Amino acid sequence: MQLVNIMAYTKRLDGRKSFTELRPIEAKAGIIKSAHGSAMFRIGKTIAYAAVYGPRELHPKFMQDPKTGILRCHYNMMPFSGSGERIKPGPSRRSKEISLVTKNALLPVLDLTDYPNAVVDVFIEFPQTDAGSRCAGICAASIALADAGIPMKDLVAAVSVGRVDDKIALDLDYQEEAYEDGPVADIPVAMLPSTGEITLLQMDGEISKEMLMKAIQEVRKAVGQIYEVQKKALKEKYASNAPIADVESDIVDTGVATAGTAGNTSGASGAPQAPDLEALDRELDEN
Amino acid sequence: MALLNDSLKQHLIDSLRKGIRYDGRVLDEYRPIAIERDVTRNAEGSARVKIGDTEVIAGIKLMVGQPYADSPEDGNLVVGVELSPLASPDFELGPPSIEAIELARVVDRGIRESKAIDSKKLCITASEKVWVVSIDVCIVNHDGNLLDACALATLAALQDTHFPKYNGDKVDYSERTTKKLELKKLPLLVTVYKTGDNLFVDPTPEEEMCYDAKLSVTTVQNGDICALQKGGEKPITQDDINLMTDLALAKAKEMRKLLK
Repeated sequence: MQLVNIMAYTKRLDGRKSFTELRPIEAKAGIIKSAHGSAMFRIGKTIAYAAVYGPRELHPKFMQDPKTGILRCHYNMMPFSGSGERIKPGPSRRSKEISLVTKNALLPVLDLTDYPNAVVDVFIEFPQTDAGSRCAGICAASIALADAGIPMKDLVAAVSVGRVDDKIALDLDYQEEAYEDGPVADIPVAMLPSTGEITLLQMDGEISKEMLMKAIQEVRKAVGQIYEVQKKALKEKYASNAPIADVESDIVDTGVATAGTAGNTSGASGAPQAPDLEALDRELDEN
Repeated sequence: MALLNDSLKQHLIDSLRKGIRYDGRVLDEYRPIAIERDVTRNAEGSARVKIGDTEVIAGIKLMVGQPYADSPEDGNLVVGVELSPLASPDFELGPPSIEAIELARVVDRGIRESKAIDSKKLCITASEKVWVVSIDVCIVNHDGNLLDACALATLAALQDTHFPKYNGDKVDYSERTTKKLELKKLPLLVTVYKTGDNLFVDPTPEEEMCYDAKLSVTTVQNGDICALQKGGEKPITQDDINLMTDLALAKAKEMRKLLK
């Protein structure tokens, strides 16, 4: 195809300077006004929107758990968001599986025992994708959950790591995933930035155990960058929202109060209060 | 989202009858409209439209498919609207709701009946291969007046649609050609609402619960009407139709400037 040395992946195809460099990241909280919490997370050309609704009453009723609220996640690509043909709307086997692993990636940081019989719904949609969508979705969802004021002990940061030929590369884009001149492995990982605990791990491709361990180590080093962007998005939203807002933002204010307690899982605080940015700052930094 | 108890609803209706709106606008005033094009590179054309806090994204995919047997030389047009639960607590997962179907069909009607797209030009090989113009509109945030927003986003996206590379066998979506989808007309949709004797446009979700009747009017540049849809539970008179289409035409004229 091109004049490249076969079996040698020496330079990233999209021009990134190193194999551990992430694509440009951008995040914004509170992008969907109708939702209790929401966020946009963009990594390279992959854009994820997440909206959180709830805690709200769970239907169908037989799914209700009197001991705790439950989390539901829904991953969906917009019909025009893929790089090839139009994607048929509605759930597919792929989107259902990703919804499941997304839920499992987020659940460990949540404590929903204060919301018996309730559900927290997370809807994740993609207007544009270029690989790494499940990770971008998890990053967006975790900001949106915090924005909704759901008690969380940490945010969740996720990025894919991979093996392209003999190199370990972070945050593969579509070109790299489709690399044909050597073996490729794609490993989406979600991690709690403060402890390094892993809440999502999948892989397809071929890789040795040694390489896998190294790859995960690279994720550990990189999640900090994502975490910073996530925290910044939350702080920015509440910085711009700090003055007494309009009538509609009652829910948002409650969100601030509980987002401020993101460092502990002792439960949501009751009455809405003015956002305490310093406390939010401190608590996020402690983690 | 829009939860109105009976007395608040009655208050809103009474106010609308006096010409006073929930958010202080005058009756024929739209919220600020913002149009952004080429918002997703994987679509052959796309646009984001915001009307106030309502936000929708329209994406156009061009695919090669088979023509219908009764129109072997015409390309196909397919419109879908997705009321994703992302956009409102009132939207649920599952097959398209009746609301979504109506939205898609009314948007479709405006484009189709105005003949904005020359379907003969979408023919590749008669009876065998034609271009299928697939329009999907996804709602990102629902804050009222989805229909006008969907129609506007569709037009903005169609204005910016380029054919992908096609070698007679396979479509290469990685490359856009410079060949544009030709849009011969700009069929703009404006929905006019009526409460009491007053007409208004661009309702909030609360106002959408307070109208007697509505009329969606799609018009093209020369003032011709190419699609209509009446909604609401109360009847309208011929005089109403006259006034409503006049207002729709005036608003469409203003909106058209945003599209150039």
